[in-house]
Amino acid sequence: MRGLIGNRWAELGAMALLIGLVGLILPSGYYFRVGALVLVSAIAALGLNLLLGYAGQVSLGHAGFVGIGAYAVALLPTYWGVPTLLALAGGAVFSGLLALALGRPILRLKGHFLAVATLGLGILVAMVLTNEARITGGPDGMPVPRLELFGTRIRAPETWYWITGGVLLVATFFAQNLLNSSTGRALRALHDSEVAARAAGIDVARIKGIVFAVSAIYASVSGSLLALLNGHITPDVASFLNSIELVTMVVLGGMGSLLGSLIGAAVLVILPQALTIFHEYEHLLLGSFIILIMIFLRDGIVPTLRKRFTERGS
Amino acid sequence: MSLLAVKGLGIGFGGIRAVDNVTFSTEPGKIFSIIGPNGAGKTTLFNLISGVYRTESGSVTILDEEVTRLSPEALAARGMARTFQNLQVFFRMSALDNVMVGAHVHEAPRGLSHLLGLPSTARENRQTRDEAMALLTRLRLADVAERTAGNLSYGQLKRLEIARALASRPKILLLDEPAAGCNPTETAEIDEIIVEVARSGVGILLVEHDMKLVMGVSDRVLVLTQGRVLIEGTPAEVANSPAVIEAYLGTGLPSLEATHA
Repeated sequence: MRGLIGNRWAELGAMALLIGLVGLILPSGYYFRVGALVLVSAIAALGLNLLLGYAGQVSLGHAGFVGIGAYAVALLPTYWGVPTLLALAGGAVFSGLLALALGRPILRLKGHFLAVATLGLGILVAMVLTNEARITGGPDGMPVPRLELFGTRIRAPETWYWITGGVLLVATFFAQNLLNSSTGRALRALHDSEVAARAAGIDVARIKGIVFAVSAIYASVSGSLLALLNGHITPDVASFLNSIELVTMVVLGGMGSLLGSLIGAAVLVILPQALTIFHEYEHLLLGSFIILIMIFLRDGIVPTLRKRFTERGS
Repeated sequence: MSLLAVKGLGIGFGGIRAVDNVTFSTEPGKIFSIIGPNGAGKTTLFNLISGVYRTESGSVTILDEEVTRLSPEALAARGMARTFQNLQVFFRMSALDNVMVGAHVHEAPRGLSHLLGLPSTARENRQTRDEAMALLTRLRLADVAERTAGNLSYGQLKRLEIARALASRPKILLLDEPAAGCNPTETAEIDEIIVEVARSGVGILLVEHDMKLVMGVSDRVLVLTQGRVLIEGTPAEVANSPAVIEAYLGTGLPSLEATHA
């Protein structure tokens, strides 16, 4: 049992199994839609986990990159007739390059300063999307042309569930590859001691830039898929609240656990849906639930449970 | 040609010359020790040489190549490795991963092929892992290779830092109090390791409080007081110098032996 858990592909396998099994038992379109929303959020959370959970660099502005991805698939096909998939790739490349360009100066900062700088980045994107009302529709948002694959429009929530699940698995595969390389070891090392990492010959600025760019690309792809899934988009996707929600997903699910990103996303997407029956007490209950998780599962859901499981097993 | 040559190195903090006009040079395979009372500037000197601080005056060369004011990562690429007085271990990573990070300078910086998981990455990982395991075995840490570093004992962590430093296959190794806080058995182990590493041709620069260790293993000893070089010589010369005895004990005490009492 221990060997299975320790295996580096176990998380990818567990994730595939989870997505597959849940996909088989979901009863209706509504549930598939919620499932797809979970998977879309998990892609962004996964990228942020590389930055926050593994490399230990805080970003409070990641929703900004989600916004860039979302508006890329809304604006480019609408105004310039760019094919949707190309627009998705374009948004991802732009986000990655923006992260690389801004990463150098921003990631020199530490702790609170880094948090505030990334916060500013996110707010800037949200403001541009809101104020360029002429093309973005302002606060009311804009419709997103549907994705067409093989001549058919993708609308069914079931289809979106499987597409986003596939993308999440590919994203996990890449993340796993990165972590299991010298780049991955370097980014985990600078989390614990930057001075020792530099003494070991690690170009800290370069590694931070890479992981910031990768996480930005993940956020952008997540945003594109979200826009296509919803068919309509507003600047709210890039809001500060969404950035915080992404951070909460990572911390709740488990910093430094890829499977944790999916679990964290699931909790934060499903719970508010389930709690709507309590009407005005919804937020109170959601907050209490998160506090309880952080008290009893301090390292995040997945790492804490795994630790208990392996300790009992050995 | 000396391995590491330091000439007129100096830095001040708010009017105090923490390190002032320090000059010395070291040879491959030799152990060069820096001693001095608390606050003499030993660790500051180390941080200047290893690029953590930028020197205000003087120069540092490795094998006649000018490396003054280079960053720590640039110095690592030129064959310098170091350990830290206060442990700077990657506590969340396994002991094996810690040592593998040490080999970073020998791994290709190819982020994209790492992301795609190309076969070259797997090959690189295997090679680095084999080398790291060999080092862990050499430092008697093989049985804790998969343990998280945060769960290791103090003595093990001290050795783990040395293993990580050696993973870069350094020409010059800076050890900042490798035996600080270790019990006599652990100190003897570290002693043995230092001598063995020097014998393999690595030049060693050692800062250490443990006099017995320093006098036992060093080829040359430099005494630093208030940021300046008091004396440099063989361990015997240094131990018998009246100036050293005065710097350590003040006047009025008969010999250095009193420190061991």
